[in-house]
Amino acid sequence: MHGHWYFARLAARREENATARTLLFDVEKWPGHLPGQHVDVRLTADDGYQAIRSYSLAAPAEGDRLELGVQPVEGGEVSPYLAEQLPLDAYVEVRGPLGGWFVWRGERTEPVLLLGGGSGIVPLRAMVRARRSSAARSPFLLLYALRSPAERWYAEELRPGADADGVRTRLLYSREAPAEEPRPAGRLTAADLAGAAEVEGGPPLCYVCGPTGFVEHAAGLLVAAGVPPGRVRTERFG
Amino acid sequence: MVMQHLDGNMLAGPLSEVFAVEPTTALRRCPHCRLVSSLAQLHVYGPQPGITARCPGCSAIALRMARHPGALWLQLGGSEGAFRFPLAE
Amino acid sequence: MNTLSPGFHGHTRPRSDRLPPGQYPTEQFPVLSAGPTPEVPTSTWEFTLTGTEGERLRTWDWAGFGDLPQEEPTVDIHCVTRWTKWDTSWRGVSVDVLLEGVDTSASHVMAESYGGYTTNLPLADLTGGRAWIVHTFDGLPLPPEHGGPARLLVPHLYFWKSAKWVSGLRLLDRDEPGFWESVGYHMYGDPWREQRNRSD
Repeated sequence: MHGHWYFARLAARREENATARTLLFDVEKWPGHLPGQHVDVRLTADDGYQAIRSYSLAAPAEGDRLELGVQPVEGGEVSPYLAEQLPLDAYVEVRGPLGGWFVWRGERTEPVLLLGGGSGIVPLRAMVRARRSSAARSPFLLLYALRSPAERWYAEELRPGADADGVRTRLLYSREAPAEEPRPAGRLTAADLAGAAEVEGGPPLCYVCGPTGFVEHAAGLLVAAGVPPGRVRTERFG
Repeated sequence: MVMQHLDGNMLAGPLSEVFAVEPTTALRRCPHCRLVSSLAQLHVYGPQPGITARCPGCSAIALRMARHPGALWLQLGGSEGAFRFPLAE
Repeated sequence: MNTLSPGFHGHTRPRSDRLPPGQYPTEQFPVLSAGPTPEVPTSTWEFTLTGTEGERLRTWDWAGFGDLPQEEPTVDIHCVTRWTKWDTSWRGVSVDVLLEGVDTSASHVMAESYGGYTTNLPLADLTGGRAWIVHTFDGLPLPPEHGGPARLLVPHLYFWKSAKWVSGLRLLDRDEPGFWESVGYHMYGDPWREQRNRSD
């Protein structure tokens, strides 16, 4: 049933960097989901107090397994608990899969531009994974904006350059770039998106995810670069 | 700490309590500025103390809702007269 | 299922005579809003007192408002989202001053704001030195995200009653729900009786 709360058992926790965590949950009878969808997570205290937060699904559907990306917010009520305290094998409740707009459907053949800021990479990583494991051959370009190498997620999986499947990845550092990086550290600019609107088979379907300020800025640059506003889908978080 | 809006994507969970289908791809034409947008494209303020979803073009209110113990109150459009849906906890 | 989110307790809620039930103290000043922050230059700002028939009883501009006697309340504020902030200091005009000499049979008031926000209160709760229109917080002009140029301050009720960007008070013959009250929030909102929503 839509809107149903499932019990989700924490099966594993993985460190993505010093603070970000991947949480792997097992959910019996999970109905599956599409890349880009999210879930609501509900926590309950002993006194009955409940808190609900949304988290993006970081990987395509695979049986009863859910993968969530959690970036702890300093002083936050839910994210530090999920990132560090929730014990293995303990349960939370999840509601979903949620959302039908910020999703990539593998049967679509048009080019795709993914633009993630910080932990906004999480749902885009699910799309990249889905693209790699599908027969789809639509061009995929991932632009991953992050502050510094220390804040990088999915370092093994999302490497700069083009992979064998035709997914191209670029990392755009804003504060501190590694020594070998030719692009100096700095905010996302129009130059970073040069040619974004004129790819073969384009304009691309764009998925932009990140903090509100980043999404406003990035979506504005895409439209200025000639991408029709109707081709830009956004997911802002607070 | 400046309040910034979110996208209507986040309405999927709260509205799943009263809608039988995924609602965020539903389209609506703003009666004030005539912009057509999906529920997912609305600008959302909240979720506390309640959710206010506004037209991304002109900020006119498209929907308001608040979850209380035992009930979800949903106001469609920018006027008065919210629907009160009784819900189990 | 006896292991649901074990160890989760939310924000720590200490026991204190100064803390209404269900609240936790914070040093921060969270910003909650139902829309974009309205830009209201003091050059065009107006505050209007409207009668029960819709008649404009009194209007002040920014300069005229500044000429009224000013007070400096220091009060605790309690948000329905469960944070409490102690000893907030403000400067502004007591609502008693604005209502002085107004002869009315009104029982309630709708506070109205730039941007369209509204909230309802009993008229009696705005009098007797318990409510102000404030323009200064912590010695500085009230920032727009906290309701500047001026907001209502009614600290003995949940803070959603302290309308940001306030543009006036409209007298009512009977109680009517405002912006949050019309989606289930309590008509009165006493934090000490935990009047968060209609069924409370």
